[in-house]
Amino acid sequence: MSVLPATTVLLATTRVDAFVFAISAILVLGGAIGVVVARNPVHAALMLVTTLLGVAVLFVEQDANFLAAVQVIVYAGAIVVLFLFVIMFLGVDREENVAQEPLPAQRPLAVALVAMGLAGVLLLGAAAHWSVGPHAVVGGARGQPGGDVAALGRAVFTTYLFPFEATAALLVIAVVGAVVLARRPPRQVREEMRGEPQSGPEPGGGEPETIADPMVALAEAVARAVAVGLVPNGHDGAGVPLEEEPVGEGARQ
Amino acid sequence: MSLSGNWYLALSAVLFAIGALGLLVRRNVLVMFMCVELMLNAANLSLVTFSRMLNDIGGQALVFFVLVVAAAEVVVGLGIIVAIFRRREGESTTVDDLHVMKG
Amino acid sequence: MLHVSYLMPLFPLAGFFVLALFGRRIGDPLAGWIGTATVLGSFVVACISYAGLLGRPAGPLREVTQGLFTWIPVGGLQVKAALLVDPLSLTMALFVTSVSALIHLYSIGYMHDDPDYPKFFVYLNLFVASMLILVLANNLLFTFVGWEGVGVCSYWLVGFWFERSRPPSAGQKAFLYNRMADVGFLVAVFFVFAYTGTLNYLGIFSHLHAIPSGARTAIVLLLFAAACGKSAQIPLFPWLADAMEGPTPVSALIHAATMVTAGVYLMCRISPMLALSHSSQLVIGIIGALTAFVAALIGCGQQDIKKVLAYSTVSQLGYMFLAVGTGAYEAAIFLMVAHAFFKGLLFLGAGSVIHGLHDEQDLKRMGNLRRYMKLTTVTFGVGWLAISGIPPLSGFWAKGDILTNAFARYKPLWAIGLVTAFLTAYYMSRLMALAFYGDDRWREIYARPAGASVHGASSVPSTRGAEGTGSERETTEGGTERSGSSHGEVSGPATPEAPHEGPSVMRFPLVVLAVLAFFGGVLSLPWHPSWDPLRWLGPVFGSNLYQPVQSVGTKWALSIVDAVVAFVGLGIAMPLWSQNPSHAALEPQALRRALYVDDIYDAIIGRPSEAMARFGAAVIETKVIDGAVNGIARLVRSSGGVLRKVQTGFVRQYALVMVVGAVALLAWMASRALS
Repeated sequence: MSVLPATTVLLATTRVDAFVFAISAILVLGGAIGVVVARNPVHAALMLVTTLLGVAVLFVEQDANFLAAVQVIVYAGAIVVLFLFVIMFLGVDREENVAQEPLPAQRPLAVALVAMGLAGVLLLGAAAHWSVGPHAVVGGARGQPGGDVAALGRAVFTTYLFPFEATAALLVIAVVGAVVLARRPPRQVREEMRGEPQSGPEPGGGEPETIADPMVALAEAVARAVAVGLVPNGHDGAGVPLEEEPVGEGARQ
Repeated sequence: MSLSGNWYLALSAVLFAIGALGLLVRRNVLVMFMCVELMLNAANLSLVTFSRMLNDIGGQALVFFVLVVAAAEVVVGLGIIVAIFRRREGESTTVDDLHVMKG
Repeated sequence: MLHVSYLMPLFPLAGFFVLALFGRRIGDPLAGWIGTATVLGSFVVACISYAGLLGRPAGPLREVTQGLFTWIPVGGLQVKAALLVDPLSLTMALFVTSVSALIHLYSIGYMHDDPDYPKFFVYLNLFVASMLILVLANNLLFTFVGWEGVGVCSYWLVGFWFERSRPPSAGQKAFLYNRMADVGFLVAVFFVFAYTGTLNYLGIFSHLHAIPSGARTAIVLLLFAAACGKSAQIPLFPWLADAMEGPTPVSALIHAATMVTAGVYLMCRISPMLALSHSSQLVIGIIGALTAFVAALIGCGQQDIKKVLAYSTVSQLGYMFLAVGTGAYEAAIFLMVAHAFFKGLLFLGAGSVIHGLHDEQDLKRMGNLRRYMKLTTVTFGVGWLAISGIPPLSGFWAKGDILTNAFARYKPLWAIGLVTAFLTAYYMSRLMALAFYGDDRWREIYARPAGASVHGASSVPSTRGAEGTGSERETTEGGTERSGSSHGEVSGPATPEAPHEGPSVMRFPLVVLAVLAFFGGVLSLPWHPSWDPLRWLGPVFGSNLYQPVQSVGTKWALSIVDAVVAFVGLGIAMPLWSQNPSHAALEPQALRRALYVDDIYDAIIGRPSEAMARFGAAVIETKVIDGAVNGIARLVRSSGGVLRKVQTGFVRQYALVMVVGAVALLAWMASRALS
């Protein structure tokens, strides 16, 4: 019991939240700059994690505990992992030459524009006094019964129910899309790409797959229907290679 | 007592600026994607801040949805990147290689 | 009885539709009889209307308006399709329908064996319908409908044998001259509507005071310009000679008896306006007299029988306009009616000659036809005497009336008219002598092969082209006509057979017209104080009619002078030309080429227009217009080519541009927030 007044006094005297904010800000900005500057993409991903954690702390500081948790679990825990998977898949050691910039005036222009944009935003915010006063549209955020989780739940499941359902559908679509996009090309084309002799047209246009997962089956059906247009590997669904454009020769660094 | 929301908003603006800068400057496709995530986070931060300043739960709800959509976007986007760049063995994954749509 | 008047234009219109739809199936000769029957029906209706009008007392009660339907109901402009049946329009309708019926009858024989026989009657019926609309209409716009209708029928009929090269261009020439003149008509209509707010004749005449005098003169002169085109006065007369390319019945009906008189009718119709504008009357009179003289002069040097008659028509129309100019409207109408009879007769007689000689039109290749074609000679002779002004035929009285009025009003014009009368007698007698007297020149022609004619370089309206030797229709043109004979070739049979009269359908109209031409003048003689058929026109013109106060002695003297002049002309020409068909001194090149009027127009208007057109096609069309259109296309393409360089293909540059846009927006918002 005596801790509480002590904490309050501590808070009042030492401005803990400002301190926490400062640390978090350093984490956030440091991580952001790290993402931009890191040469190795893995380093950049780790810096991104730093930023995300900093942002999560800031969420907590603003009484959005649930969102902080979700941020850590989803963003840092799933999305960055996904990034890392792809980085590994495409080659960990693909580094770009950060020093060189092929497009003319890209960097100076980018810096200048971003600086101007930032200045504009800050100016506007200050001129409009950012935002003040109680202004609830959907419902109160602070001091709700059940905390912010319950308030968020109430908002999502009543006012924003339709967007909620829509995002559910969106997730399904995203999954299907990912499966379709990540399909391997048929065996015939793979052999062509490797330079091996072909053994005649493949019935069905793909290697025999055991259909165990209904999701995969759905994805297969969709893929067969859209294979011609969507797969930019330079071949249509029947395995006939389209025209290949000479990419890479001129832009290779 | 808590810190005034202005600081958070300023931080969010700077984070967004850094993300934009990274998007324009970097050539590695994955790093560019990460910079997009930075920008999304900046937006989330400002949304939560406004939710606190205006005492409206709608901001947090929006953050919720942004999170979901960002996740879906990353999934599809990485799928596309994989599909495009998977067969370029040994080449750097720069976005500048994709200039087929030159006018 | 007058309520049947609308049938007058309706019968020929119905005939037009029936023949247009089924003519080909009806065929030769039934189509012709149907066409004749409809016009005859119109004549009967005209007679009924005449009786109906006679039953009413003279004066405004004889101006009967019969509305058909409302044509243009647009705010302030209310134009009805309506007929005005009054003595003037009924006089016109009577002689138009009677002469038309006779000429339809004649055409049954003349156009027999023509492959387009039904089409001829389609056009003829439409023409009669349009002419009747013209004379019976009760407002300017409805008159204009008939005006244009006769113009276009004239175009079709002149160019009836369109496979040849000259008839279509002759038809075009006629149509173009008419159309140019119609601009005057339309502008006059605009003026009239602007000042009086109505186009109805009776309405206009009651509002004449609302038109300022300058505008009155302008309106009258504009309508006179239109009349010049329709009635072939100076300077718009060359088309009538070329219109002789059409079949002879067409020349008789349209270009002698009816269409060309439409101009005179219009002038008479607007006589109240004319009476208030003395300057325009003088202009009309001068142009009429001059035209009469010039045309008569040209007629003296023509070789083609139809061209002589054409210029004679122009000349006689000039007389009518002279009468209008002096205010002697009744005399003008009298001459119009008489002229319809004797000119129609002369043309039909010429057609008979052409038919008998197997499409020969050159006077120098005729001769002594009185021995072989007796009926034609007699009837033609009646026409000849009538037009020459030999008493007691109709022409003498009609011309006499006009000259008497001219003497009382404008003596110089009377003098010109008198000289023209002499020339008229002279050239008509020349024609009579060359065609019907003298030696059988046609016999020698037939013995010679075609193409070896004496007069190679003939007048502008040339006769049979002497250069070609082929006997196809295409090369030997120049007014060659197809008559009903079975001889399609121009060169004729190897052995000359005597020219013969046409079938009875061709002979009957000749006789009827001859009788009318002979006795028509008798109608104007004062047999009985109450008998004065021409006086029935009087109320139409009212006080506008010029009534010269002349002593009986002056009138007798003038008449005797007229008669003497006619006899002198006749007496000089007949012996001169019947004995010797060639007097080069009396046929100078200038006359034969119609005073070079056609050449002058060609040089002043024709060639520059053609040059302009060629310039337009070569330069303006290809360089300016095409250049502009193609230039726009090229501009779009090139600008597209420049603009597409913006699409570099680099995603990061696209992102940069997006950031530029965002920053610009921010800057704008910041500037607004700060100001």
